[in-house]
Amino acid sequence: MTDHSEIDSVSGKSTTGHEWDGIKELNTPLPRWWVMTFYLTIIWAIGYWVVYPAWPLISSNTTGVFGYSSRADVAVELANLEKVRGDKMVALGKASLADIEKDPALLALARAKGKTVFGDNCAPCHGSGAAGAKGYPNLNDDDWLWGGTLDQIMATIQYGARSGHAKGHEGQMLAFGKDGVLKADEIVTVANYVRALSGLSTRQGYDAAKGTKLFADNCASCHGDAGKGNQDMGAPNLTDKIWLYGSDESTLIETISNGRAGVMPAWEGRLDPATIKAMAVYVHSLGGGK
Amino acid sequence: MSQPSISKSMTIGESGLAAVFAVTAFLCVIAAAKALDAPFAFHASLAAAASLASVFVILNNYFGRPAALPPQEINGRPNYNMGPIKFTAFMAVFWGIAGFLVGLIIASQLAWPALNFDLQWIQFGRLRPLHTSAVIFAFGGNVLIGTSLYVVQKSCRARLAGYLAPWFVVVGYNFFIVIAGTGYLLGVTQSKEYAEPEWYADLWLTIVWVAYLLVFLATVIKRKEPHIFVANWFYLAFIVTIAVLHLGNNPALPVSLFGSKSYIAWGGIQDAMFQWWYGHNAVGFFLTAGFLAIMYYFVPKRAERPVYSYRLSIVHFWALIFLYIWAGPHHLHYTALPDWTQTLGMTFSVMLWMPSWGGMINGLMTLSGAWDKLRTDPVLRMLVVSVAFYGMSTFEGPMMSIKVVNSLSHYTDWTIGHVHSGALGWVGFVSFGALYCLVPWVWNRKGLYSLKLVNWHFWIATLGIVLYISAMWVSGILQGLMWRAYTSLGFLEYSFIETVEAMHPFYIIRAAGGALFLIGSLIMAYNLWMTVRVGEAEVQAPVALQPAE
Repeated sequence: MTDHSEIDSVSGKSTTGHEWDGIKELNTPLPRWWVMTFYLTIIWAIGYWVVYPAWPLISSNTTGVFGYSSRADVAVELANLEKVRGDKMVALGKASLADIEKDPALLALARAKGKTVFGDNCAPCHGSGAAGAKGYPNLNDDDWLWGGTLDQIMATIQYGARSGHAKGHEGQMLAFGKDGVLKADEIVTVANYVRALSGLSTRQGYDAAKGTKLFADNCASCHGDAGKGNQDMGAPNLTDKIWLYGSDESTLIETISNGRAGVMPAWEGRLDPATIKAMAVYVHSLGGGK
Repeated sequence: MSQPSISKSMTIGESGLAAVFAVTAFLCVIAAAKALDAPFAFHASLAAAASLASVFVILNNYFGRPAALPPQEINGRPNYNMGPIKFTAFMAVFWGIAGFLVGLIIASQLAWPALNFDLQWIQFGRLRPLHTSAVIFAFGGNVLIGTSLYVVQKSCRARLAGYLAPWFVVVGYNFFIVIAGTGYLLGVTQSKEYAEPEWYADLWLTIVWVAYLLVFLATVIKRKEPHIFVANWFYLAFIVTIAVLHLGNNPALPVSLFGSKSYIAWGGIQDAMFQWWYGHNAVGFFLTAGFLAIMYYFVPKRAERPVYSYRLSIVHFWALIFLYIWAGPHHLHYTALPDWTQTLGMTFSVMLWMPSWGGMINGLMTLSGAWDKLRTDPVLRMLVVSVAFYGMSTFEGPMMSIKVVNSLSHYTDWTIGHVHSGALGWVGFVSFGALYCLVPWVWNRKGLYSLKLVNWHFWIATLGIVLYISAMWVSGILQGLMWRAYTSLGFLEYSFIETVEAMHPFYIIRAAGGALFLIGSLIMAYNLWMTVRVGEAEVQAPVALQPAE
């Protein structure tokens, strides 16, 4: 084996004498720093085994002199959490919405809890900043489809809208075009009337008198004579320049022709009452609560 | 048997394999007819067609071949068998590009989810295993099998064992890839990460893998060299351990012999432990030991320098394979896995640091006396940079296995960044370097079509890797910090969706890095294709040895 060994002219080291397909090997000793670091990691590991749970025995395991257990760690963390807000959470559960409003500590707790729950449950539709999206109301403004008082907001969260829940909000925008109530040209006229309500431009040749009559005959029963909406039916205020689906003529024509019936799910049974309460407080505090 | 008038007869292998494939084709037709689900019917039909094609190819080859099988030696020199290696080199490039492309698609889907077009076949959940399997097992696997069959011949000075067996291995392995990949797209999966293929694909892989082990071992056994070259130790460790891991992780009971669904024998935390014992050692023995074998042959060969330290190669080899097999539990920190198991996984991962670095030292120091070649040879540069990435990932890995670090990094993009510094930097680059060496050698060309294009490949891909891993480091740490941020009242500071929003810019950067890596591989494919097509032939006889250095 060593009879073929030779001195490598570049490194000055001897080779092992092996050769495979032209590849030789130097007889370099192990780098000292490498061996030392390797030993160090082994010593560290042995030390770690002494102080932490490490090796399996017949029916148990070595527990280590530190007596560490990840279960005990979690128990400590949960106990700390209980200390921070345990009593307050019980109080929150018992308090009425009016009580919470009056107590700054409870209010802060409800908002903090509500924010967390909102992020996990409501943000997918309403956005993480609650700014909404097409078809999903913005919760930061003071325009409310079903009412903006604490109790109204809580009812909407609890039972939803068109959710199938017995206590859920009902009422929907009818499909005036699809159901043959209005003709195509009438729908265009109504759409322009609605735009005019918010001071938006109308198309050329728009007959305002005809629009007023069509609106009074078909729309006013829900949206009101002045188009101010009706929260009992979830009929939006058409004069406040806040649009759930869009204000351009074609979107309005689509809305009037096919109707709208967006769904807010009922959260009762999915979230516990205290959580729903906290969420109502949070949403109410976003800026538009009445 | 040297008389020219010898009568021609089928070998046992030829007749046996043809008969087995004929029976298999018949059984697969029955399975296809009685299949309980459409993907199983499709796979059974595919297997029936492949079996029939195999019978035809075996018989056709028999009638066309000379009476005598290819000799072991010609004029005292080994008659190397390069056909199966050419096949794997081709397949490696093909699967590599496919795998990188799917990676780019899913990276883009993470940045812009609408890109799944609501089609079930290209959902992230189906394309993700397609990506990982395509790059690890299809690209990496073909590189490993191809280079191993090359290196074992050259370093043993012996022709590959078996006549049909090497072809059975390389074609059979790629058929496994096709079954696995089409299965993912059709929704067939046993939902174990990196072990998604269902029971029938697993059984087929077992057969192919045993054949691979036998071909490799038989070649080593009939070697003409007194000693076994270090690369072959690593290849053997890779082949044997992958067999053990595959069998350990995949025992499953099919719901029906005519359906694709099965249930794993293990349950609960035992299943999780088996899964990550497998998963981490797929990294250890497939992506580390196997590619270290490539490094040990191709780096000294390309640099024309001796391996730096024989002793280091022995010590780090045994230390590596002994320690790696314990490291799996670090994937299950802070889970239902018992504390003692987590401790062992973590401490063994830390002890693994130096044994891993032994390979890096041997790779880099082999360059001593040849560092100047890095300026002129982009292929060598690729190989050396791969070793540097290897060193970086094998430092990062033990660090991330430490529980306090893991509590921040686990489940975040940091893990993805870590994996890709190893996968793109180490496995990718060492494979590219090996392919750039191998293709001219096995196709008997003087050199590559263009070193300039290799240079372009090198820089574009390196830029891609840097973009990819730095984006994932930043987003991973950001993600981890956002997840663990609490308010004074003990509520989470950020909702999950807010952390997803924060990732968006980094996902775009990551996709850009992936695109650059893909572009680099396309340049390589063109370069290798032109090398084969128009490269100047080496003057020496096709069976000659490489000239002694």
